[in-house]
Amino acid sequence: MNTTNKNVISLDTVSKRYGNETVVSNVSLNIQPGECVVLVGHNGAGKTTLMKLMLGLTRPTTGAIDVLGSDPAISSAIAQHKTLGYLPESVAFYEAMTGREVLAYYARLKGVAKLECDNLLEIIGLAHAARRRVGTYSKGMRQRLGLAQAMLGEPQLLFLDEPTTGLDPSLRHQFYELIDALHKEGATSVISSHALNEVEARANRFIIMKNGIMVANGTLDELYQQAALPIRLKVSVTPGEAAHVAEKLGSEVNIGEVNNQSLNLSCVNGEKMPLIRRITDLGDVVNDLQIKPPKLDEVYSHFMNGDIS
Amino acid sequence: MKMSSLNILGVLAMKELRDGLRNRWIAAAIIVLGTLALALSLLGSAPTGSIKASAMDISIISLASLSVYLIPLIALMLSFDALVGEFERGTMMLLLTYPVTRWQVIMGKFIGHVLILFIAIFVGYGGAMLILIMLTDASIEGWQAYLTMMASSLVLGAVFIALGYLVSVIVKERATAAGTAIGLWLVFVVLYDLILFGALLADEGQLIGQQLFSMLMLVSPTDTYRILNLSMFDGVSQAAGIAGIASEAGMSSTLLISVLVLWIIAPLIATLLVFQRREL
Repeated sequence: MNTTNKNVISLDTVSKRYGNETVVSNVSLNIQPGECVVLVGHNGAGKTTLMKLMLGLTRPTTGAIDVLGSDPAISSAIAQHKTLGYLPESVAFYEAMTGREVLAYYARLKGVAKLECDNLLEIIGLAHAARRRVGTYSKGMRQRLGLAQAMLGEPQLLFLDEPTTGLDPSLRHQFYELIDALHKEGATSVISSHALNEVEARANRFIIMKNGIMVANGTLDELYQQAALPIRLKVSVTPGEAAHVAEKLGSEVNIGEVNNQSLNLSCVNGEKMPLIRRITDLGDVVNDLQIKPPKLDEVYSHFMNGDIS
Repeated sequence: MKMSSLNILGVLAMKELRDGLRNRWIAAAIIVLGTLALALSLLGSAPTGSIKASAMDISIISLASLSVYLIPLIALMLSFDALVGEFERGTMMLLLTYPVTRWQVIMGKFIGHVLILFIAIFVGYGGAMLILIMLTDASIEGWQAYLTMMASSLVLGAVFIALGYLVSVIVKERATAAGTAIGLWLVFVVLYDLILFGALLADEGQLIGQQLFSMLMLVSPTDTYRILNLSMFDGVSQAAGIAGIASEAGMSSTLLISVLVLWIIAPLIATLLVFQRREL
């Protein structure tokens, strides 16, 4: 699995500087076929630049990039683009053309049948406005048209820069269904997003960027372990017994808030099972036990605020 | 592979052509060129004096003199925005993630813009000539010269489309591109000749001989166009009063056309080189 030529995307110590400003610093990563990788990070963390580097729109100052088996910045790699879809951060279109004309233009460039355009316009909910000039479109409609063009020709590799901004909840849902469908066909995608709770369930892997540095790269579980954030447990006990139970658990256990009938505990990942055993050993006093793993945004803020070099 | 590359060029060129039709650009250019051609031809069809010149010849001279100013202006208006406009609006970034190379972007646009100019010139000038023939009993003897005038106007236009792209790829903003394009027009169409003739007058034939003068004329695409049209044809060159300058200086029409073609290729290559280095 770790042979390099199996990677769809591979970055080797890639840095990008604009003048004195380092936008991306020493990023190395591999993305394998079928993965859904989510890039998270504050504005200006280097997510968009990272995508542009993978797309060959801009060249790395140092380091090497390989996408679908070739350097994306050389023009012979262009032929690969038929299997590629990209939605830029703030997508711009030819304002004087109608939605349908715009999509048909991009379809012709990709060698995609015109019929697919009408289908896509239908799916994305723009069929009613297809014959209107893009100049009259709202932000959400432009975003939808942007998604439609990225989906043209069933791409094998998708780059989506904040795809759901400006979409209402039902469209967001529809959008993720489309992505899921492409993933089932074996597509790979790189998505940058601020909406952590949205992507949490869908991504295989998260890459957290901070000031151009990749501070984390892994599955959700891996990130939890790396972050070593406390797991919280809520123990419900027979009313009035809480203080007693707290005493029994002893001082090694990190006990938070205690009220009449419940206790909030926390522990690090490795100590979870021993703690649960101790709780169950308490017997009938314990009515219920809830385990709350850390949320993705907690993990995220851990990496964003922590001093990870 | 070759076929698909041609397809891409076709798609890109057709987009420019459609844009030209949609924004009434082509219609406006046809009206401007057609009306001026018709007006000049009608005036020219009533020649006075003892010069033995046909209405067609006079039309060609008037139209060629007008085209030297008008065609570069139209071509630059068409091209200055071509690249900088797409950079500024952000459409170029998306376009380049499609299976399109940068040279295809430039060549596709170039073909489209030349087609627009082709339609404007041939419908505008050609239509005017047809109306003239129908309205008056003008002879159609000089039609080959007229056709050459139209073709060379298209080549002159192509030169300025290419120059417009170079401006468009170098500057950072659309407004700067527009200003630079006007500057370029002034230099090539007005200032260069003013300076050249001024120098010639001041020099009084001391340093600038016939050879050097011809060379200096060839440096400017507009002068090359002028020589090509005014002196290549017996009828025309007599009427224009510069009989045979070109043949005296050893300038064949092949040389003149080569100069113009060079003026197309060089800016296009320069545009591509700048574009290739550009990061989006």
